[in-house]
Amino acid sequence: MFDSITSRLVTIGLLVALSIGALWPRTVTTRVPGPDGVMRDSTERRINLKQGLDLQGGIHLALELDQSGGAVPNPADAIDRALKVIRTRIDEFGVAEPLVQKLGTSRIVVELPGISDPARAKEIVQRSAFLEFMMTDKENLFRQAIPAMDRALAAAGVTERSIGRQVADSAARAPAVPAAPSSAVEDILGGNRPAADTAKAAPGRDTGQSRRDTAATRRDSAADTVGANANGLLQQLLFGGGMVGQYLVPEEKVTTVDAVIARPEVQHLMPRGIVLRWGSAPLSRGARAFRPIYALVERPIMTGEYLTNAVARIDQLTSGATVDFTLSRRGGRVFERETGRHIGDYMAIVLDQKVQSQPPVIRGQIASRGQIELGNANLQEAQDLALVLKAGSLPAPLQIVEERTVGATLGEDSIHKGFLAGIVGVALVIIIMIAYYRFSGVLAVLALGLYVLFTLGGLAALSATLTLPGVAGFVLSIGIAVDANVLIFERIREELAHGKSLRLAIDAGFRMAMNAIVDSNVSTILTAAFLFQFGTGPVKGFAVTLILGIIASMVTAIFVTRTLFMIYLERRPGAQTVSI
Amino acid sequence: MIRIFANANYDIIGLRKIAYGVTAAIILPGMILLAFTGLNYSIEFTGGTLVQVAVKQHQTAGALRTALDRGGVRGAEIQSYGTGNEFVIRARLTSTAAVNQTEAQRTAAQVTGALTQAFGAESYTVQRVEAVGPKVGGELRQKALVAILLSFLATLVYLAFRFEFRFGVAAVIATAHDIVTTLAFIAYMRLEVSLVVVAAILTVVGYSLNDTIIIFDRVRENLHKYKRDDLEGILNRSINETLPRSVLTHGTTIATTLALLFLAGEVIRPFAWVLAFGIFTGTFSSIYIASPVLLAIEKRWPGHEARGVKAHVAPAGTPSSVPTA
Repeated sequence: MFDSITSRLVTIGLLVALSIGALWPRTVTTRVPGPDGVMRDSTERRINLKQGLDLQGGIHLALELDQSGGAVPNPADAIDRALKVIRTRIDEFGVAEPLVQKLGTSRIVVELPGISDPARAKEIVQRSAFLEFMMTDKENLFRQAIPAMDRALAAAGVTERSIGRQVADSAARAPAVPAAPSSAVEDILGGNRPAADTAKAAPGRDTGQSRRDTAATRRDSAADTVGANANGLLQQLLFGGGMVGQYLVPEEKVTTVDAVIARPEVQHLMPRGIVLRWGSAPLSRGARAFRPIYALVERPIMTGEYLTNAVARIDQLTSGATVDFTLSRRGGRVFERETGRHIGDYMAIVLDQKVQSQPPVIRGQIASRGQIELGNANLQEAQDLALVLKAGSLPAPLQIVEERTVGATLGEDSIHKGFLAGIVGVALVIIIMIAYYRFSGVLAVLALGLYVLFTLGGLAALSATLTLPGVAGFVLSIGIAVDANVLIFERIREELAHGKSLRLAIDAGFRMAMNAIVDSNVSTILTAAFLFQFGTGPVKGFAVTLILGIIASMVTAIFVTRTLFMIYLERRPGAQTVSI
Repeated sequence: MIRIFANANYDIIGLRKIAYGVTAAIILPGMILLAFTGLNYSIEFTGGTLVQVAVKQHQTAGALRTALDRGGVRGAEIQSYGTGNEFVIRARLTSTAAVNQTEAQRTAAQVTGALTQAFGAESYTVQRVEAVGPKVGGELRQKALVAILLSFLATLVYLAFRFEFRFGVAAVIATAHDIVTTLAFIAYMRLEVSLVVVAAILTVVGYSLNDTIIIFDRVRENLHKYKRDDLEGILNRSINETLPRSVLTHGTTIATTLALLFLAGEVIRPFAWVLAFGIFTGTFSSIYIASPVLLAIEKRWPGHEARGVKAHVAPAGTPSSVPTA
């Protein structure tokens, strides 16, 4: 079939056309947020060679269900639903060419190229966005239970000191509220800290929680602690708040309180149907910062499930960020009924287990519209919240088990350097080949040019992603690609040395080198295939480049160079030698 | 016309004892070093946190360390990079501490928090963050090992099919030698074993096999051509005949690898180092490990013919290089 030069040239021409066709710039449409935060379709023309995250910058996340707070009932279903929610959120977020996919059965991989603010992207992906509207504990059930809880704690030998040690030990295991003690408070209290208390310091990490306090605090605020006599542990730690169900905890005691309420003694005596939730932001009372904690009726009167729309704005009056939401018709009916039943009570808006701002008093029935005040948040944070609320809540909390972020500048730098290395590498290979094989070397270099074109074309046709190791693999493969030509040329030289005519020597050279070329390349492809199988993004890119490169090098060395030799012999029928 | 090693006729196999000495001199100290220090696994494999930052004003690693210590990130590894304005901070997860999957995430936040507190948020930019939970790291270690073993097995099967079982065994032993010497090299250089470096090792494996097969292909052919010669002579002849090719191909490959090593930047440098060394060890093992092992197998367990290597029958459909003698 490929006996005639014409048919060979047509085949090569076809391959060249296909490669160029694959590489031809095409119009790509992406959704990106405009300056005002509204999503727009933007089109651009570019070569269909995707750059990996390590080249263009971006963030790669692997997420799994977070089962540390209790097993998720139907994990497979939860992952599928979480996948859907994340996809919706990312679409709204507006990233050019994002990737959201399930890996195996229990992992979700999210890749967001060109992200400049990874923290924000993580927040959007990972946020549960579980919105609940809950009534505060207006019957004071929790308050009434406090003395019994304190007795149980005392009986169990739990003191603030022992809790402090527990907190210090498990500091790595993440408190529910990552509250860092404010240094200002520390300094004020440090000034009049009794010497005896310093000695109590638990070993290890920052034990401020256990060491600070006692006498000073007790003296300052004995008047407004919860209990009549301030002897119990909880009674010392919780101060009465401004509304029913609200309690205030000095900011530096947040981890201690967290540990205390997690104790079985407390949990056991917790009134039925009542839960405790932290406020999202601290409150200041005079010179001190307090974190509010709320006793809430466990059953929410409404959840974010019924939310149909959410819009962020800056409130003209308070100049605070606000998210306005709209409930579905059915949700609106429920909300109207429930709020009507609770006029005069305080309703907490609980987002991801945190109470947002101060729970407002319900003054009248609320139907399908409402708003969430975010206090100090800026407009962008409010927009992000609106986005995740609209996309729906995650069915279960997710934890990030792997993160890779590459800044855009580092990626750009890698591209420049990889390109430079490629140019220099190719130049060296060209010099070596032409210096050693002269005319035949030129033929090999021509074939090498086609090799580069075919490999890049193949990458574009497969929509493969170009990564930094991929670029390195490509550069390396240029050095290896000439191997097939070297094998053939050396054979031809040997055959010529044995006294064969030029035509026969060339024939024999190609035929005899064939076995070695195929065998050696198949083994390399096998190795590369296993690399592809186990590797992550960048390494996969490397494996694809390597495999494509090997195939292209076989095609060019065996087929293209052969054709070039045939043309040479055609032009000079009487030639007895060739510069090789 | 430039010719190198044309019609060479060196007694290469005769020098094998010296070659064993050379390779042992590389491997043994390397293995002892490894036994004491262990491989320097990247955080991809151990789990942990890597933060690469570029600082605007010149800082010393010591200043960074102080800042991190104050911010609660202790025992992090700090490496200055490039011109001294870039630093890579690595905090590995310790196996003893009770770690959970999000520990690495938290550490990354702690690192940037500590830097912001010490130098201000504007004074540095984060260029790269990797935070890998212990589970992912463990999975990756296992996957890498499986990939290496499977590629061994596949190669053995392919070679047994295309050549003969003993050729496959010899090639795989040579490849194992390459992995061991490369590990020794990694130990000497204190290179960090990342996923990309494992990819480089596997590439070296492919390259070395490729090289071994070129020689074995010639051996296979010469066994038919020179039926009276003993295997040692045939091995020598085959290696000598393929010598020009070896030199030239290694020349071009080394040229591109050196371009990568010196020009392609820090991120890819460990990868380039492993490749550069691997090309040498791959060539060496093709000549001095694969061929002598074949000879040893042949002496110990003689094959069908007197010389031990039975005639190769090319599988149907593949072009055969075996001339009808």
